[in-house]
Amino acid sequence: MSTPRTSKAGFGWLLKMAWRDGRASWGRILLFMASTILGIAAVVSIQSFSDTLKDNIALQSKELMGADFTIDTDKKPNERVTFLMDSLGGYDAREVSFASMASFSNTDQTRLVRVRGIEGNFPFYGSLETEPATAAANYQSNGGALVDATLMMQFGISPGDTINLGEISLPVLGALEKAPGSTSMFGAIAPPVIIPHQFIGPSQLVQLGSRVDYNFYFEDTTTNLELLDQKVDPILDDENADMDTHTSTSSRLGRRYENFGKFLNLVAFIALLLGCVGIASSIHIYIKEKLPSAALLKCLGASRKQTFMIYLLQIAFMGLLGGILGVVIGLLLQQLFPYFLEDLLPVSLSLSISVPAVVSGLLLGVLMSVLFALYPLLSTLGVSPLATLRKQDTQNALPKKWGWGVFALILLSIFLISLWLLDNAKYAIWFVVGIAITFAILSGVAHLFMQGIKKFFPKHWNFEARQSLLNLFRPQNQTLILILAIGVGSFLISTLYFTKDMLLQEATLADQQDNPNIVLLDVQSDQREGVAQTIEGNEMNVISDIPIVTMRVASIKGRSVNDLRRDTTSTINRWVLSHEFRTTYRDHMVKSETLLEGEFIDSASRQGVIPISVSENFARDTQTNVGDTVAFNIQGVVMTTEVKSIRTVDWSRMEPNFNIVFPAGILENAPQFRVFTTKAGSETVSAQFQQQLVKLYPNISVLDLRQLLSILQDLLAKISWIINFIASFSIFTGIIVLFGAIRSTKFQRTKESVLLRTLGAKGKQITKIVALEYLYLGALGSLIGILLSLIGCWLLAWFAFETTFTPSWFPFLVLFPAITLLTLFIGWSNSRGVIKSPPLQVLRRGS
Amino acid sequence: MAYILKVDNLTKSYSSGNRSLTVLNDVSFVIPEGSSFSIVGPSGSGKTTLLGLCAGLDTTDSGSITLCGTELKTLSEDQRAVLRNQKVGFVFQDFQLLPTLTAIENVVVPLELQGVKNADATGRELLEKVGLGERMHHYPNQLSGGEQQRVALARAFSNKPQILFADEPTGNLDEATGEKVTELLFNLNKEAGTTLVIVTHDMELARMTDHMIRLKGGKLIENKAAL
Repeated sequence: MSTPRTSKAGFGWLLKMAWRDGRASWGRILLFMASTILGIAAVVSIQSFSDTLKDNIALQSKELMGADFTIDTDKKPNERVTFLMDSLGGYDAREVSFASMASFSNTDQTRLVRVRGIEGNFPFYGSLETEPATAAANYQSNGGALVDATLMMQFGISPGDTINLGEISLPVLGALEKAPGSTSMFGAIAPPVIIPHQFIGPSQLVQLGSRVDYNFYFEDTTTNLELLDQKVDPILDDENADMDTHTSTSSRLGRRYENFGKFLNLVAFIALLLGCVGIASSIHIYIKEKLPSAALLKCLGASRKQTFMIYLLQIAFMGLLGGILGVVIGLLLQQLFPYFLEDLLPVSLSLSISVPAVVSGLLLGVLMSVLFALYPLLSTLGVSPLATLRKQDTQNALPKKWGWGVFALILLSIFLISLWLLDNAKYAIWFVVGIAITFAILSGVAHLFMQGIKKFFPKHWNFEARQSLLNLFRPQNQTLILILAIGVGSFLISTLYFTKDMLLQEATLADQQDNPNIVLLDVQSDQREGVAQTIEGNEMNVISDIPIVTMRVASIKGRSVNDLRRDTTSTINRWVLSHEFRTTYRDHMVKSETLLEGEFIDSASRQGVIPISVSENFARDTQTNVGDTVAFNIQGVVMTTEVKSIRTVDWSRMEPNFNIVFPAGILENAPQFRVFTTKAGSETVSAQFQQQLVKLYPNISVLDLRQLLSILQDLLAKISWIINFIASFSIFTGIIVLFGAIRSTKFQRTKESVLLRTLGAKGKQITKIVALEYLYLGALGSLIGILLSLIGCWLLAWFAFETTFTPSWFPFLVLFPAITLLTLFIGWSNSRGVIKSPPLQVLRRGS
Repeated sequence: MAYILKVDNLTKSYSSGNRSLTVLNDVSFVIPEGSSFSIVGPSGSGKTTLLGLCAGLDTTDSGSITLCGTELKTLSEDQRAVLRNQKVGFVFQDFQLLPTLTAIENVVVPLELQGVKNADATGRELLEKVGLGERMHHYPNQLSGGEQQRVALARAFSNKPQILFADEPTGNLDEATGEKVTELLFNLNKEAGTTLVIVTHDMELARMTDHMIRLKGGKLIENKAAL
């Protein structure tokens, strides 16, 4: 007789069987599916929003810039740049902008603002939005100022009041609501004030050391801007100028927002992963219950592949359905984002549906569900048809290598998805490693906990306490999965809290100690004495008086910057080649600096090699070491120096820090200005001092660090809100997983409870057993999560921020009891039915 | 006389912990085509193991089994599954219906696996024959034990098997229901001309078959025509 051929039932039959088998379990399958919905919704909402934002930025690129392209430089354009601009047909509008103090006629308050002196019909695209609307059109001809709307509101300024900028006073014509080139995020630090260009000279605000930007705007719809950029940019680079087209600017801006989106996507992905762990656990029990059916199907003639496919199709369908629901919820959520992020967005958004986000949501739904269900699913391949005759033969042990194979496949998939989300292999690897470590530690602790209970079982405890402990390692227990779900959720929330604490702590540290809280910029040498007197006159002290000399890099290790710019193989970071460095000279190192390499030379003479000290960042970006030469162009004079030491600099300290420090005896006679730092005891003293200073020295800019800190806190609050919002998806997913895990074992627990009741246990005792079981799980899971996060943040503070970390008590005092009680509540409320089931009914069903 | 099942020097052991337990020891017999056959013996004598091996649900340690002209040893697990699907029918003590499928869906599974079109018509016909025409869309948990076993009988005959293995077919039924199911089993068997192999404790049932073998401690101790 010939060898039997394979079964003729095709894919249609498999689908039919998957449907037939699944329809009786839809309730449970929907619950598994719910674990993934929120994670997918979070990923899709962020993905779709990021895509929409990117598209909007690209679409509104001209309105964002207000022109087709700009040429900008931070010093007055030289002949070459002027000639080049002329050859391009001349600019259509120009702008000079800088930070300055402003005061107003109606109030004594002063404020650091960004003055934008504009000439010409700028913007060519989009508009200056003002209140009244006519102000934008009239400010040039009427010789008035447009002042940032928020600033006007804060200071109670109305059109008609006067603004004082340096030596000039202008009428305020209107409130500036929106202008190309100004974002509300940076506007909060120095709100924009637009004035006609002709008043810049008379204001006398542009002096030595002033950080001034010169922008020239071009309207040109005919030229190929990409080609022009390629041609002109290298020439402008040589002159320390830069050309930006509306497309390059918008793509740069898009990338910046994309990075934030990528970070949020990871937070969302964690929610999805947590849901997947929930799937793996629930499917494990689901498939275990299906194994007798799988054995019977094999007995009736289904092949191993067919049996496996029936359940695989069920899971894939469940994943697809979860994907569809997740996508729908994600797209709805996306509608909320513009409200949360209003102040942080550079463009007005018209929301659309991103097809790639939708497709990725659906694919993620199917892929992640199948992947995480794969290991339990494989047991359908191993089940023997003999199980129809012998119950103990339900499961043929799966070869260990299958388990490792699935584990490797899951890790690989997580890596590939993170790579797709982050677009950076290194970060993706770190993410996978981080996730694996977190999950491994949580599982390890759960395992140790169970082993510990077995080994040191508290035999003297009362019956309820002992029984609830025993429940933690009953067959098909969900202890591991519950500790994972609770632990990852607690880990995420407390990490967010600790990180926010750390960032704010860094910023507030300066305020707590005897550190400066006011920085005076652009103090001219001849104003030095007067400024010091004003400070002391307000019963404050000059904490530091730092000389600043501006310079640019002329050559590195003998190669000129122009040569380095043209060398496409050079890996020297480009920014150092055109940056104007503010350097200082002194004979000592300061608190924020630590010597890393070489010797800090305190003084030198101009005869012979000039020894300098550079920051670690500068050494890395210029690829220099101790002994290398770097030449600087100090306002026309080229000075060759040798790197004698490399310092690490704590840039997070809110005080003037420097990349390059010269020794005493070299730059004393170079053109320079000074930076003063001082500390005001109160806001009133600070305000009074600033008013006085602005009246006496209008060119000096005052950085009020306290104000800056409150802006930073506002910004952090906004950002952390959105991070918390996305992280909350993990929490909700955790709750669903918790719910699913409890439901999966409901019948088992019902049987146990009924047996206990049959043997005489009271309802109250069973309630106590259930409550204690979930209390242990909630307390253990949340405590491990919080402790793990504490260790992680402590390491982060130690290695990345190099600071001491004082954690907030919030996670311990609020989060820990809240999560424990929530677990207890979910566990208890889901077990009420169990406690109330009539014993006979359950015993019959069980038999 | 042609045989449908030939068992030659069959031995099967299972390992339990570090120990090896011989469940069947050098068992040989032949089952003629079209006959009815019973395997009897006390609990733990190896009856069910023998049935499972004969139906290709498990593999032998030594010896050979030839079922419907094919030596089972030469077939892979999936090939044995196809052989079962095309030529073998099963009736189990605990009915073994797929709990998520209705009665008719359970009956047509073997036919659907063969790719038979319009399997439902055959299924309906068989269910009517076993007296469950009105209950074909009920799920197993909506049927009594006797009804479930009748659905199982309909399924067992749906693929027109050459041989039908029945493992304690009345073991889970009360006496009256058991008698009805037995009657139905023999009637359907007679009608289809199928070879019937029954594993049972019930000597009365065993006596209804043409041949009987008795196992004890994994050894064949009696091989004779039923009384």
